[in-house]
Amino acid sequence: MALNLAEALASIETQAEAADWRAAIRLAGAGLVTGGATTDAYTDEMIAAVEKHGPYMVIAPGIALAHSRPSPAVLTGGLSWVSLATPVEFGNAANDPVTLVIGLAAKDHAAHLAVMQALAGVLSDSGAMKRLAVAGTADEVRAVLGELAAAA
Amino acid sequence: MKIVAVCGMGIGTSVLLKMNAEKVLAKLGIDADVEAADMGVARGAAQTAEIVLTSEELAEELGDVPAQVIVIKNFFDLEEITEKLTAAVE
Repeated sequence: MALNLAEALASIETQAEAADWRAAIRLAGAGLVTGGATTDAYTDEMIAAVEKHGPYMVIAPGIALAHSRPSPAVLTGGLSWVSLATPVEFGNAANDPVTLVIGLAAKDHAAHLAVMQALAGVLSDSGAMKRLAVAGTADEVRAVLGELAAAA
Repeated sequence: MKIVAVCGMGIGTSVLLKMNAEKVLAKLGIDADVEAADMGVARGAAQTAEIVLTSEELAEELGDVPAQVIVIKNFFDLEEITEKLTAAVE
């Protein structure tokens, strides 16, 4: 059985409302803070990363992987999950608009590889992603992720 | 062959890109060493790598390097990665 991504999620928020990409990243950042993974400063670092490097974090159609680098603002590291009720433009020509923001924080460059493997497995499963996109509650998201881990 | 997957931070998108590139390379039977790197490291690593994998925004930021730069739009589209890597190694 593969690592269950649900166990790595510091928080799950479904069908959230965000006015723009900054608000969407703030939701992902707040999730990391709530779960004890980071401090508020990490949220600002994620936004600064997009301001500096552009919206490259929109890595596939509709999916943004919000993250910064290991820093003192990373307490334990972890992931947060925010699905958006209304898609948000990040300015990425190929993959806008975004409906799922995943917040990622890592203590170092190696610690989170098993989690990234699980994340890659989930994000590349288009059938599962369709179910996850419409999930209305955190429990529904956990249920789908649990099934995927059991099947992997 | 040396391949560098580049992202801004070196912990997120480049790691995912490295994982999917390795899957594709294994399928294609190409023996290559794929390294994930942030922009700063990548500028150095790209001097000795044959191929750089990255996104459109970062390819512009990376600027001119001796390596062949491949822009991937959808990091989870293994067909896109397969097609572009195949074209690059031919």
